[in-house]
Amino acid sequence: MKMSGAQILCESMVKEGVEVIFGFTGGVLLPLYDTFPQYPQLRHILVRHEQGAAHAADGYARATGKVGVCLATSGPGATNLVTGIANAYLDSSPMVAITGQVARPFIGRDAFQEIDITGITLPITKHNYLVPDTGSLARIVKEAFHLARSGRPGPVLIDIPRDVFVDEVEFHYPARVNLPGYKPTLEGHPAQVRKAVKLINEAHQPVIIAGRGVIISGAYDELKYLAETAQVPVITTLLGIGCFPESHVLSFGMLGMHGMAYANMAVSAADLIVAIGMRFDDRATARTSAFAPHARIIHIDIDPAEIGKNVRVDVPIVGDVKLVLKALNELVISSEHVAWVRQLDDWRQEHPSVEIRDSEGLLPQFVIRKIYEVTGGEAIVVTGVGQNQMWAAQHYWYNRPASLISSGGLGTMGFELPAAMGAKVGRPEDTVWCIAGDGGFQMTIQELATIVQEKIAVKVAILNNGYLGMVRQWQEMFYQRRYVATPLSGPDFIKIADAYGIPALRVTRREEVVPAVEQAMAEAGPFIIDFKIEPEENVYPMVPPGAAVAEVLEEPEKGVAVWPRRSTP
Amino acid sequence: MAATKHTLVALVEDKPGVLNRMASLFRRRGFNIESIAVGHSELPHLSRMTIVVDGATTMVEQVRKQLDKVVDVVKVSDISGDDMIARELALIKVYATSATRSEIIEIVDIFRANIVDVSPDSLTIEVTGDEDKVNSLLNLLRGFGIKEITRTGRVAMSRGTPGPLAGGGRTSRAKERKSS
Ligand SMILES: Cc1ncc(C[n+]2csc(CCOP(=O)(O)OP(=O)(O)O)c2C)c(N)n1
Repeated sequence: MKMSGAQILCESMVKEGVEVIFGFTGGVLLPLYDTFPQYPQLRHILVRHEQGAAHAADGYARATGKVGVCLATSGPGATNLVTGIANAYLDSSPMVAITGQVARPFIGRDAFQEIDITGITLPITKHNYLVPDTGSLARIVKEAFHLARSGRPGPVLIDIPRDVFVDEVEFHYPARVNLPGYKPTLEGHPAQVRKAVKLINEAHQPVIIAGRGVIISGAYDELKYLAETAQVPVITTLLGIGCFPESHVLSFGMLGMHGMAYANMAVSAADLIVAIGMRFDDRATARTSAFAPHARIIHIDIDPAEIGKNVRVDVPIVGDVKLVLKALNELVISSEHVAWVRQLDDWRQEHPSVEIRDSEGLLPQFVIRKIYEVTGGEAIVVTGVGQNQMWAAQHYWYNRPASLISSGGLGTMGFELPAAMGAKVGRPEDTVWCIAGDGGFQMTIQELATIVQEKIAVKVAILNNGYLGMVRQWQEMFYQRRYVATPLSGPDFIKIADAYGIPALRVTRREEVVPAVEQAMAEAGPFIIDFKIEPEENVYPMVPPGAAVAEVLEEPEKGVAVWPRRSTP
Repeated sequence: MAATKHTLVALVEDKPGVLNRMASLFRRRGFNIESIAVGHSELPHLSRMTIVVDGATTMVEQVRKQLDKVVDVVKVSDISGDDMIARELALIKVYATSATRSEIIEIVDIFRANIVDVSPDSLTIEVTGDEDKVNSLLNLLRGFGIKEITRTGRVAMSRGTPGPLAGGGRTSRAKERKSS
């Protein structure tokens, strides 16, 4: 049967299992939007800015592991997606971004709202397409979804000229893709696996550093088996948080610039690092020349180009983390590193890193801790970027994969609200908390209208310090407190919430925190809490930029350690 | 040929924008590329590219792996370690007067190069060979005054290459293995 390009796109998305499209319409998309009513199984969510569509698709993808889809019109619609595409690219999030383009006869003539979006997104997509004709559309959609979700996932952009939506051809959905230049290695090389096992079996002070690759490949059980069998402490990157239960006796938190001091100390003292699905980002390693000076390094990653890119590696294994760990686990012998684990525990006692001091004021750490307690650690937490992000990473404990969703590689302020919206759409049964800074929240605040219109029950906690907090912290520490362009006046967030029709509370005192969070949880729909926190509270520990992880700065005032009770495996 | 120069050979899909994708990659990752030569291969829809990378300033292994990630790149090998044939073609337009013409022709003959165009005040010479040969000829001709030079950059191949998709050198396992 003959179908229009618009129908072919919809049919193809249905075949790919798409449930929801985050989009914003425009002239060249009219033929497509006119077709949507024929496909009620494709839920369209009208965002208020295309950046929100991209972040929402990204948040949806991270929460579900499925490909997120965003849609924008030609020209400004397409360029508004760019930040969100870049964000997905750096954090390996599976996404298909669809843009409308001017009709083919107008391409190259600087027609109204013509922009070279495939050129613009070349370095921030895994691959992209300008669809040449309606006959190629089904194949391209098939390839795009395959590329986005397989191997190392990432965003793929499809740019579709207006007349391609209108032309009609026979519809055949290809059964498989034919991409001779794309064949990700999934199984680890057996000889490399054996070498790695030998190092693990011989190590005295091994540490696992687990990243987002563990979550992407669903290797939660395999990681736990390896850690428990060989008794290896597990440290995660920011994006790896949740890939190993943080309540586990072998869990030693997050490493890096704002990681736990004891985690960084463990990495510095280790004789073996097993790096799994992580890419040695500079925020995680600090000064690479001083990174893990005594350790041999095993690096498991699906992307061969990550091997040896930032640090030297002794045993690389290219492959899917889950399959590689399965192979490792068959050979690894059960061992104990009792003294080493005790050493790490001692460091944790001496450098608690996540203690919360006693304070009259409302501390952001305290707010996060209470949200953790009220939600029983069961929520999906989606953060902004900056101090709020680090406090959310440090003071909430994550026991499930994909329970912390955060912009790591790009560090995109404004990610929080739209990504939380996408996560909630993808996992409607879960409670989703958006932890926002007052700065980042104002970057994509318009999506409040979307969550109301589409009844998306996101709970928002604004950690309102009246500053672009993280930058202010750097000014305090490295620029003699010259606060240039960081004091930030916000609107009255309660009135804003009211204007959007969202119930909201302002919290200024410690004892109000729990009742407010409980009230938010009791509400069926969205809810906003404006927490007026200590304005000049800093994030500790901190490894200053350019320093080695061992040169960590700890909280100046010490209080009581309140690490939660830990379960045994 | 300086030992730091690496020769990569890439088989790429003959699609619009492929060169752009590769060039964008070189620029964005700060790879220092000495030359690129592209042309059709023996296979339909596939072109073969020869890329010369300066190993002193650029991590060649990263170049190879990053190129390999480009979906339209079917295969990349670093054939520098192989026994390889490397050639370049140059067109050199040199000033020639009745006094110097015969001397230039003599030099051209020694290098087994060809004179492909003659005009009242110049000769155009075509030379093929490895870079050393082209450079030596250029040095000798410089004294006469060079008007214009065009060089293709290196094209290369391992000796006795077996099949179309095989080829020698260090290649990525990623592309050799069948996807599952
Ligand atoms: C889009 C964007 N612009 C600028 C920055 C630089 N930046 C990093 S953190 C930060 C401050 C964030 O302030 P806020 O959202 O209020 O969060 P806080 O640090 O106070 O928790 C800034 C400006 C960024 N990460 N993203």
